[in-house]
Order: sequence, then structure tokens, then C-alpha cells
Amino acid sequence: MMKEKVAIVKNMGKAFPTGEGDFWALKHINLQFERGEFCGLVGPSGSGKTTLLNILGSLDKPSEGEVEVLGKQVHRLNHKQASKLRAAKLGFIFQTYNLLPVYNVYENIEFPLLLLKMDGAKRDRMVRDAIEWVGLEDKIKSRPNQLSGGQCQRVAIARAMVKRPELVLADEPTANLDSENSYMILDTMQNLNKELGTTFIFSTHDQKVISYLRRIITLTDGEVSSDDIQISS
Amino acid sequence: MLKFLIKGIFRDRHRWFFPILIVMFSVAIMVFFSAFISGFQLSYIRQSARFSNGHTKVVSRAYAEVLEMKHYDLALMDIDDEFEEWKAEYPQLEWFERINFGALLDVPDEFGETETQVDVAGMAVDLTGSSKEIERLQLKQALRKGRLPRESGEILLSDLVADKIEISLGDSITLMGSTMFGVMSLRNFEVVGTVEFGIPALDRGAVLADLEDIREMLDMQDAKSEIFCYLKDEEYNLKTLTQIANDFNRRYSDEDDEFSPLMLRLHDQGSLGSILSLYDHSQFWMSIGFIVIIGIVLWNMGLLNGIRRYSENGIRLAIGESKDQVYASLLMEALIIGIIGCILGVALGILFCHLFNKVGMDLSLYNKSTNMMSENILYTVLNARAIITGTLTGLFASLLGSALAGTAIYKREISQLFKELET
Ligand SMILES: Nc1ncnc2c1ncn2[C@@H]1O[C@H](COP(=O)(O)OP(=O)(O)OP(=O)(O)O)[C@@H](O)[C@H]1O
Ligand SMILES: [Mg+2]
Repeated sequence: MMKEKVAIVKNMGKAFPTGEGDFWALKHINLQFERGEFCGLVGPSGSGKTTLLNILGSLDKPSEGEVEVLGKQVHRLNHKQASKLRAAKLGFIFQTYNLLPVYNVYENIEFPLLLLKMDGAKRDRMVRDAIEWVGLEDKIKSRPNQLSGGQCQRVAIARAMVKRPELVLADEPTANLDSENSYMILDTMQNLNKELGTTFIFSTHDQKVISYLRRIITLTDGEVSSDDIQISS
Repeated sequence: MLKFLIKGIFRDRHRWFFPILIVMFSVAIMVFFSAFISGFQLSYIRQSARFSNGHTKVVSRAYAEVLEMKHYDLALMDIDDEFEEWKAEYPQLEWFERINFGALLDVPDEFGETETQVDVAGMAVDLTGSSKEIERLQLKQALRKGRLPRESGEILLSDLVADKIEISLGDSITLMGSTMFGVMSLRNFEVVGTVEFGIPALDRGAVLADLEDIREMLDMQDAKSEIFCYLKDEEYNLKTLTQIANDFNRRYSDEDDEFSPLMLRLHDQGSLGSILSLYDHSQFWMSIGFIVIIGIVLWNMGLLNGIRRYSENGIRLAIGESKDQVYASLLMEALIIGIIGCILGVALGILFCHLFNKVGMDLSLYNKSTNMMSENILYTVLNARAIITGTLTGLFASLLGSALAGTAIYKREISQLFKELET
């Protein structure tokens, strides 16, 4: 049975203008991502991982080819439509946590739901669920500066997950964490992937992350050099 | 979302403390300044109304043409019946005749020969009939020596004139003028008091005599050169007076008859109207100036804040707010800051006015050196206008600052967010 596709990339290339003509950061990319995948983009620095995540996240547009994310043609979206797509269906997790410093854990996680104009009771329930997923029930009222790096990243995961997005994009989410915390958040994300069926796409060179991935896409100089399924995990 | 924004503002001192402080002080200054200007304007109007303009004034059209010259030979003639009719038709006004005239004051020596002569500006007022004019001209306060005239043949001199011609109370003087028909006329008076108004135009050479005496002297029994009208509560109300004057002129004035009556509001007399509107404009331009200056200050603070909140704004764009939404929420923050700053600023401005009014500002020296007529002690007058001007200034300045600073959002490259947020 054909699984539903969350993203389809066809013959996509991305060029950046530089001093001496265009620099092609991505070339001839053909990829499909199925619902419920837990996969990663790996490869050396400068190979184009972040650039590809940007395009999948509708933050940037391809220079050629086609990219369809959750039924939307990314290359055809204007600024507003792209914002809407991100607000409704995409979650982002960054290497640095980027929590809003003046808001506490609860409020940081609540924020994406405020953008969706959800009613209060439902919102509260969803925020509390998300806090439970990441195990921060005892830190609800804490501000980011009162949390450890690992706890901050868990808040960031809860913030990305709270609206139950269909696709979560995570750029090097463990780069700033020690191994204990890295494993903890990887376990959390793996569980959410299994329980909610959310699709995760990572970019990473961290072996710990790679060991959790079920599919590993290797980029070399802007091209897909391998695309493997990992059985064990 | 609003609650969310408000929480954000008040948990971050950088977002509220200085912006609110700045808005608050500019609003307070603006409120105070407006109240000060209004106080000055009203004092100017009151003083001019009392001494030279009335709230409105009825004169002949010919007299109005050369209003400043006080050509009493162009007086309204034989209008006693009409005068009674006007009084009945406009009961909201009180009507008083006055005559302004020029004369030569002659002091005789013991042989009745001229000793000194001086030009004087005569003002004939109802001094013996009722006390209204005495109150209005504040003659009791202005009296320096002697007493007010009680009967015919008594006269008040300005203190300055009395000093100059070395006259004492009880001395007799002669006024030499011409009747309204151009015939030379003399009349003797006894000096019973001297007055000082603190208004140079009057103090320089005024004499005050009773209306009846001067009427006789100038042969004006059947003529009225100026009829002063005052609203009964003595408050100058431009709107009411405009209505009355328009109505009066429509009914009684005839453009083709230069001896028909014309009612002039204080605003219509000489340059008073334009001077008064100058003050209105000064308020407006001061407000604009404040908006621009405070706006620029807040703009800079907004830019600094924008740098501090760079990753916050970035994350909001990544999570799915559009640039317009982020910009709108910055404006919303500015509005909240503005509203709070305005409330505090208005309160502070009222406090300033209140404190100021405990002493007021002594303008007597200033008044002596200019031809402006204003009362000697200036008080601020807080009115809706002062508060509205202050509030609008604060709100616009706050919004302008954020509107300018917020445009930085539109320069943000969404495609760079990931990279920017990594560091
Ligand atoms: N805005 C840009 N303008 C010009 N070149 C760019 C731009 N963004 C990325 N590049 C180039 O594109 C290539 C891919 O960059 P990208 O950030 O996707 O690499 P990456 O695989 O994420 O690397 P890392 O592992 O270091 O994060 C790099 O050579 C980079 O210099
Ligand atoms: Mg990268």
C-alpha cells in the first residue's frame, strides 16, 4: 500500500548568488517523505542540510524544480501563505532553543496556539499534554533562564509539538546538549513520533541522533549521495 | 493575545520603563503647556473684554470701519427705542454704553490761566448709575489715591498723569474737546482719585469720567458711540456670541446704510482674532514638534529593543506569524505603552497645573512692558482641550516611534532565520 506523502521534492536545485556567479548549494534533489517517518539529513558541513530544511519548512524557495509540502507547492506560496502553512502544520526545533525569555514554560508552549486563535479550555488542555510529553510538569512557571539547556530544548520540543503539527523539522537539535540530555530528548521525540505519528526530519552530524534514525539521507556537495533505511533502532 | 502582549511588556523593564517615562513626561508637559496657553488666552480675552472690547460691541458701520480711531462723531443717532428693543431681544446680554474720546487736559493756576496742558484718552463709563461697570473695570482695586466719583463733575486720573502734571486730590481741571458736531467744548472737573491698571495703554494717559457728564460735554445726548455687551455670566463663549452677533446683524444691520448698527465680537475687533488663533496654532505646532521629537527618541529605543528581541521576532516569524502580524503586535505594544503613559502623564500634568496655580505667575512686569492686555497673575486653565492635546501627542509619538522602529521586521530575510537562530 502506498503511504501518504508529507513532502515530495522533484528535481530541485537551490542557487545562491555570489560574487562569481551563482553557487548551487543543492542540485538535482529527488526525495519523498512519508507520513510518520523519522529520518535525517547527514553529511559534512556545507553539504546543504540546512538549506534543504529551510525549503521543506517553507522558509525559503527552491531555484528550480518542485517542492510540495503537505499538499502545498512551496515554490508558489507567497509570504502570508507560507506563514499560514508554518503556523498550522509545521513545527521547528533549533540548535539553540530560542525560547521567549520573558515568558515562562507554560506561556512559551502556549504561544503557537494563540496564533491559531484556539479557545482557552482546549488550549490549556493541549499545553498541559505537551508539558507532560516532555516531562516538565514541575517547571510550568519557570522562566527559560531558570532552566538547564536540556530542559530548554524540551520546552522547545513541546512548543513545536503542542499544535500537533504534521511535520517537524529539527536542525541539529542536540548540538548544544551533553549526551545524557541528547538521549533524553531523542527518546522524547521518538515516542512522540510513535504515539502521534508525527513526521520528523532532522539535520545532524551527531552519531547519537543518527543511531535513532530509521532513514538516513546523506548529502554531499548539495547532492543526495545515499538514501538508506536503518532496520535496527 | 493581548493579555500575552501585556505580560510580555511588563516583565521586561526595557520594554516599558523608559518608553512609559518618556511618554508620561511629554504628555504632562503638553497638558501643562496647553493649560498655560489657555490660561493666557482667557486672561487676555477677559482683560480685553473688560477694558476695550466687550464680549461684543455695537457700533455704527461707519464707526466700525475705523474702529481704532474712536471717531465718536460717527456714533449711532437717535436709537433709544431700538436700544430698548435690543435689550429685550437679547436678554442673555448686559448692555453698557461707553464713550472713548480724546481731549486736552488743562490745569489752571490760581488766576485761572493755563499752567499745564496734556493730551489724555478719555473713557466715559457709567460710574454713578450702577456698580456693574465699576466691578468690571476693577476700579476699586485700581484706585491708588482718593475715592471713586460719586456725583457729576468728579473725575479719576491715571496715577501716572496725575504725577506728571503734579495734581492733588480736590484740584480742579478742565477737559477741552470737541462735540460730535465739531464744536469746541470745555468742562470742569474735580479730581477725586487716581487709578493704576497695570495696563500701559490705559496708564499712560487715561481719564475716567461719568458717562452723563461726557455726553453733555460732547453733545451726545442722542448718540451712542460704543455699546458694550457682556454675557451675563461674564464668561466669553465664542459660540454663543457668534450666534447672537450673526442674528443681530441679520436683523438690524444694513450693509448699505453706514449708520446702521453692527455687532462685532471681540474676535472681530482689530487683530484680536488673529492673535488668539496664533495661540491655538502654537499649541498645534508644539504638539507636532513633540510628536516628532519624542517619536524619534522612541524610534531609537525601539531599534535597540529590536536588537535585543532579534531572536524573539525571528522565532515568531518561523513559528508562523506573518511580518504584518509581528509589526501589528509591535504597534499594539506601543499603543498599550502610550495609553498607560498618557494616563500617568495627564495625571502628572494636572498635578503640575495644580501646583502652579497655588501661586500663579506674576505677569505685572511683563504687562507693563507690552501692549498685551492680560491679568497680572496668570493661572493655568485645564480644559478638555489641554487633556486631549496631551493625550493625542503621547499616543501619536508612541505609535510613530514603534511604527518606524518596527519596519526593521520587513527587512528580515525569512530564508536566513534558521541560520540566524542557530547562533
Ligand atoms: N544565503 C546564502 N548565500 C550564499 N551561500 C549560502 C547561503 N546559505 C548557504 N550557503 C552555502 O550553501 C552551502 C550549504 O549550506 P548549509 O547551511 O545548507 O550547509 P549545512 O549542511 O547545513 O552545514 P552545517 O553542517 O555546517 O550546518 C554552504 O556552502 C553555504 O556556504
Ligand atoms: Mg546547517
